[in-house]
Amino acid sequence: MGRYVIRRLLQMIPVFIGATLLIFLMVNVMGDPVAGLCGDRQCDPATAAQLRKEFGLDKPVWQQYATYMGNVFTGDFGTAFNGQKVTELMSTAFPVTIRLTVVAILFEIVIGILLGVVTGLRRGRPVDTGVLLVTLVVISVPTFVTGLLLQLLLGVKWGWISPSVSSEAPFDELIVPGLVLASVSLAYVTRLTRTSIAENRRADYVRTAVAKGLPRRRVITRHLLRNSLIPVVTFIGTDIGALMGGAIVTERIFNIHGVGFQLYQGILRQNTQTVVGFVTVLVLVFLVANLLVDLLYAVLDPRIRYA
Amino acid sequence: MLLEVRDLHVEFRTRDGVANAVNGVTYSVDEGETLAVLGESGSGKSVTAQAVMGILDTPPGKITAGEILFRGQDLLKFKEEERRKVRGAQMAMIFQDALSSLNPVLSVGAQLGEMFTVHRGMSRKDAKAKAVELMDRVRIPGAASRVGDYPHQFSGGMRQRIMIAMALALEPALIIADEPTTALDVTVQAQVMDLLAELQRELDMGLILITHDLGVVADVADRIAVMYAGRIVESAQVHDIYKAPAHPYTKGLLESIPRLDQKGKELYAIKGLPPNLLHIPPGCAFNPRCPMAQDVCRTDVPPLYEVTGAGPDRRSACHFWRECLDG
Amino acid sequence: MPEPPVPPEQPTPPQRPLRSMPPGPHLSGGGRAPEDGAIAATGMGGAMDLATEEGASLGKPPGPDAGGPQDRPRSLWSDAWRDLRRNPVFIVSALVILFLVVISLWPSAIASGNPLKCDLAKSQEGSQPGHPFGFNGQGCDVYTRTVYGARVSVTVGVCATLGVSILGSVLGGLAGFFGGVWDAILSRITDVFFAIPVVLGGLVLLSVVTSSTVWPVIGFMVLLGWPQISRIARGSVITTRQHDYVQAARALGASNSRMLLRHITPNAIAPVIVVATIALGTYISLEATLSFLGVGLKPPTVSWGIDISSASQYIRTAPHALLWPAGALAVTVLAFIMLGDAVRDALDPKLR
Repeated sequence: MGRYVIRRLLQMIPVFIGATLLIFLMVNVMGDPVAGLCGDRQCDPATAAQLRKEFGLDKPVWQQYATYMGNVFTGDFGTAFNGQKVTELMSTAFPVTIRLTVVAILFEIVIGILLGVVTGLRRGRPVDTGVLLVTLVVISVPTFVTGLLLQLLLGVKWGWISPSVSSEAPFDELIVPGLVLASVSLAYVTRLTRTSIAENRRADYVRTAVAKGLPRRRVITRHLLRNSLIPVVTFIGTDIGALMGGAIVTERIFNIHGVGFQLYQGILRQNTQTVVGFVTVLVLVFLVANLLVDLLYAVLDPRIRYA
Repeated sequence: MLLEVRDLHVEFRTRDGVANAVNGVTYSVDEGETLAVLGESGSGKSVTAQAVMGILDTPPGKITAGEILFRGQDLLKFKEEERRKVRGAQMAMIFQDALSSLNPVLSVGAQLGEMFTVHRGMSRKDAKAKAVELMDRVRIPGAASRVGDYPHQFSGGMRQRIMIAMALALEPALIIADEPTTALDVTVQAQVMDLLAELQRELDMGLILITHDLGVVADVADRIAVMYAGRIVESAQVHDIYKAPAHPYTKGLLESIPRLDQKGKELYAIKGLPPNLLHIPPGCAFNPRCPMAQDVCRTDVPPLYEVTGAGPDRRSACHFWRECLDG
Repeated sequence: MPEPPVPPEQPTPPQRPLRSMPPGPHLSGGGRAPEDGAIAATGMGGAMDLATEEGASLGKPPGPDAGGPQDRPRSLWSDAWRDLRRNPVFIVSALVILFLVVISLWPSAIASGNPLKCDLAKSQEGSQPGHPFGFNGQGCDVYTRTVYGARVSVTVGVCATLGVSILGSVLGGLAGFFGGVWDAILSRITDVFFAIPVVLGGLVLLSVVTSSTVWPVIGFMVLLGWPQISRIARGSVITTRQHDYVQAARALGASNSRMLLRHITPNAIAPVIVVATIALGTYISLEATLSFLGVGLKPPTVSWGIDISSASQYIRTAPHALLWPAGALAVTVLAFIMLGDAVRDALDPKLR
């Protein structure tokens, strides 16, 4: 197991470098990092050149990247052009997005799995068909439309929630945004659980459990669920990274000052350091989540043995 | 009588129509007795067993008629909860493929111990001790150290022993073994079969052995019931049937066993295919494949005739059982 | 009776059951160690995950009664077609898609107005004779714009899917067929792309593009979408390559190119088609999301994404301006998902 973890960590390195380099190139080569500095006016050439030198932008790109990564590993994500430290922005933005993601994951676990189990056990009945249809509709409507509509109905028309989230973003204000963020994954978790349950329901070991004279409840929870949820749990785990990266749309709709908001601002103002810094952390989160999921997999399914 | 199945009918509703899987099966097993149920796949032998255990998939399956008397009580009239208490405790089943029939993510100890915690209300610790005891009993080497292992860590033969241990856990009065050795290597088959037979004698249990392997039957069974298209076509004491079959289907089965003294001759095979359960032929279901078929076979369903003069308590569902016995 | 000594234990080799995501085909192909399935989620959202799962389950080898080697592709597809013709879900979604294609080619057939002709005086007005869907914030006719918006959305979806499918299946297929170093490199490259959240990548990449045509958006989708298909194609090819009849063809001395074209492609392409169909819907949805974030298509292009995005400012007073294009978008995406679903069911030998 230990050797496996080390091998996986080593494998993560090229992926990490590749992904961050890709983003670094996109931001630095395709955009002009200096252009954002002079506001709406055109920079005059002399100032631009001086700024370039100051930020090391006159050096070759690979050297810039190496310097940047070197700094990142000493905890220095650089400074946004407005003088604020990028780490400072992170320390305010990440807790908000993490809270939002936690709410979304909880929705996926509680509602998604529940619906999936119910429909999987009642395959072909009206409740199954109904839920399946709803999941398809949820998947088909883009998240930002779902978000706008929920905001309009719950926030404006019925006044159940405040249409925008305050800057502290406590958990109770994040319930509806969390649901919006989770919606598509939620529908997918439902379908995945349903398929998995329906498939395993006919499995030989479930028949054995019934033949052993176990109560129906125990057959379902201990034998059927335990096996059926393995792919679901792994999906939810890998979804963490995707949710944090995808929160940008939800955060924009509900005016949540999280990672997505900072990134959006960074991109609009061509704030290279902010963008690359945030994306680097997101990529790391994604990779670590995937690693944890693989280890979890081994715990849940004893057939997997890592040499 | 321990178990009596009387005139059992089971059908399956499929997209293409109603499949009559079991059409009036009648058989019985006494304590300490071994009944071998013989037949091709699709003959209804497993479906009958699942109906007896009460683990038939309903829907699509449905028991449409018949009685299953266990110690004189009709199980089909039981409520589900009463039925559940019988399962595992008083009758147990051993399945063909132990790898898929054991839960892959639970240790074998947990799966064995479950019998005791659920049916006997034992503590987990006591249940685990019982599990080790059971594994010892089916001669799994190093039972105490392997009780926490998972099914995939055992070899095929060892896994089938665990299945047997699980079935024996509460010392039920009746065991149904559905092709218990088919999935095993030939060398292991005999070991597992001997173990099962030995434990059966020890505990004086009734055993229903479902198989298509005539070799296994000759060694362990007391009685044989041959099934074809959801019906019993012949039932008799084991040596009587080997001596002289009273049904052309049984005869065909016996003649298709390869024997050393036949070397060089062509092996006999029953011609044709097993019937489609959606469209069972009228009259005797075996008539299209039967070398002795007459017109009456194509019109009249043969009743289960009492066969006389060729062993006790013997029956055959052939209009011409006398001719069959003689020829 | 004393038993003979017990033979040494032969533990069953670990079998990794089908995981929800792309590892599926790789596993059945046997070409992937568990650790390679590290990056599993697609990051493209549930619909894309749905797509990959559907494709993945097709990659499993067919049952024993799948017919002879030579006529297998033909019978598989003709059987599938026979199933599809009787499937109402397929018929309805195919008709919806056909209708969309027709109105993207000839929008004026059902909408006589000009989508760019707007009258600010009628801003946010509701439904009225001749203008069934009402007017949007700029006073443009919502009906006309919704009809004309189909063209761009369908164009983006179709072009992106074509690009992704061709690039992805060629790269993935070749890597799966030849294996070795190139396969390993390709796997790592796809991992890199999976690690970048799609919407984020779109924001970064498209924010610096000034062109107002659809091509940058399509290019971006191809750039970030191909690894998806490449994984499916790779797994599918590996599975197919191991089938007995392909091994037989190799033993008979068939050349690589003949094996690829004659034996592997017809059998390995089914999962790719299913995933691509569903992906098409998700690309249309992604275009709308990017437009909403202000980096996708830009006016004067007429697209559902742009209209939904601009209508979102007036959602409290004129929700109809948002609901009509959003509804059209949802129906389109749904149609492609259902179509892919139906095709998958028809191609799955297990369900027969």
